Amino acid sequence: MKRRVFAYPYIVWMVLFIVVPMLFIFFYAVNVRGEWTLTKAWATLTDAGKWNVLWISIVMAFKTTALCLLLGYPIAYILSKMKPSVAGFISVLFFVPMWMNFVLRTYAWQAILEYFLPNVMESGARVLVRILPQEFVTRFWPELIGYRCASLTGTEGAVLMVLVYNFLPFMVMPLYNTLAKLDKSLLEAARDLGANSFTTFFRVILPLSVPGIVSGITMVFIPAITAFTVPALIGNGKYNLYGNEIELAFKTLSGQGDFAVGSTLSLILLLCVLVSTVIMNYFDKDQKEGGQMW
Amino acid sequence: MVKRFLKSLKYVFLGLMLLFLYLPILYLIVFSFNDFSTGRRISYANLGVWKGFTFQNYMTLFSGEAGQALLLTLEIAAVSSVVATVIGTAAAIGIYAMKKRTRNLILNVSQLPMVNPDLVTGITFMMLFAFVNALLVQMGLNQVGDIPKLLIAHISFSIPYVIFSVMPRLRQSSDLLYEAAMDLGCSPMQALFKAVIPDIMPGITSGFIMALTMSLDDFVVSYFVSDLKSVLSVYIYSSARGAKGVNPALATVIFIPLVTLLLVVNFRRLAKEREYEIQNKKVKLKDKGGNL
Repeated sequence: MKRRVFAYPYIVWMVLFIVVPMLFIFFYAVNVRGEWTLTKAWATLTDAGKWNVLWISIVMAFKTTALCLLLGYPIAYILSKMKPSVAGFISVLFFVPMWMNFVLRTYAWQAILEYFLPNVMESGARVLVRILPQEFVTRFWPELIGYRCASLTGTEGAVLMVLVYNFLPFMVMPLYNTLAKLDKSLLEAARDLGANSFTTFFRVILPLSVPGIVSGITMVFIPAITAFTVPALIGNGKYNLYGNEIELAFKTLSGQGDFAVGSTLSLILLLCVLVSTVIMNYFDKDQKEGGQMW
Repeated sequence: MVKRFLKSLKYVFLGLMLLFLYLPILYLIVFSFNDFSTGRRISYANLGVWKGFTFQNYMTLFSGEAGQALLLTLEIAAVSSVVATVIGTAAAIGIYAMKKRTRNLILNVSQLPMVNPDLVTGITFMMLFAFVNALLVQMGLNQVGDIPKLLIAHISFSIPYVIFSVMPRLRQSSDLLYEAAMDLGCSPMQALFKAVIPDIMPGITSGFIMALTMSLDDFVVSYFVSDLKSVLSVYIYSSARGAKGVNPALATVIFIPLVTLLLVVNFRRLAKEREYEIQNKKVKLKDKGGNL
């Protein structure tokens, strides 16, 4: 018996449950209730509202990725500089939340943004009114007296913050892995050659950590475009992203007409994934070729 | 002085980030001791007003829908990860023995579920099952239920992770192992179980753990695949969107075992490393002694 026989069950499974389901996206995009038609797909493609949401989502994903990088890089850098035993322990602390049900954590943020933070702000305002001289408050900061804070859910800032919260560990992990593996003798060499810590960072550490940055970005950007849980729970339905459009097309009143809209939207999404993968591969390959050249 | 200040600033930053990451978890754990009863009914919707200390939430945690959802989550995770590990390991062994062209084709297709957003995987399964169920209804047969649907979906998105963690191990182990075992009189099955599998066991184990966590963690695919019965995260999502809210005691029940497990694993690794270090030192001392 040839060894490749062992793969046959999987090949059958793969065709049935990976290849065929993908074909259904194309099938349902042009097949409405058993009729071949392009009207639904065309209507979706020419719907300016949908493109607008896509644009908002891409901008949001950019902001999320940038913030994750800005917060995650220092975390990974500090962790990589620590003693291995201490760093191992603290890095576990950073990755534990990743393993916990993210819907539950998002739900907790909903409660915090709806009740806890407004309460904290209001009591803070009350304390300030009591501490500060009354004249100062009445003249410069009259809003403070009887300050009421509305629920913070349903705002763009809240959605952005919870998205950053959810994806931060996914950015820290690849960055930490890259930075921890960095050859320490390179840093010594840079110092010996007269580079100060500033130059060492920007000319040695940062370029060498590009693979980590690239894989961090891929782990955050596309999931952030398709995230529909966070906008649904934190955005209160007022702030929808592209993932919500697809969810709504499929999950409400599941008729086949909606399948056509959802499939077309998914095709656009897949195109975005393809483009960003190509861009990321380009950067990654660039790095690798540079490495080979030296 | 400045250096010291910068150093403490580092720890302040790490501390703030950890606070940011753990704030929602701690919030739920604190409120899991809150009294939520309003009259004779319990509503978790008002998750921000402290009304008194109680253990009531832990008593009622697994009664009703939440308990069923948790049980289903564990069942699906256990079954799907075992099946995915078996199919995935066999597949990796088979694919590895194939010609380069076919191998690359299959591996590329296998990467699809890993590259695709969860959302796309979810909706493709939803459409597949909708199509199959419509056919079954036309033929006058029973529809595919939620549990088989969830199982099929979870197995499918787990298999690639198993394949890609077994593959590197196969590359490390010798290609001749299987043939040698056969030459020594093993049947193909015996050769597989006695020679090949023990050699790639670490890869299989890590693939299994990966499949298990993927299944336990999944929300998006399960959400699109299931209609009535579903896993815990889908239950949490639908009750978080509804008026009744989620019992915050769930956070404690998930968080405490998770942290204990991870810390134990980490401490064991640390202990091993320290042992290794001490042994290394001893060896070095011995060498010095020998030289003298």
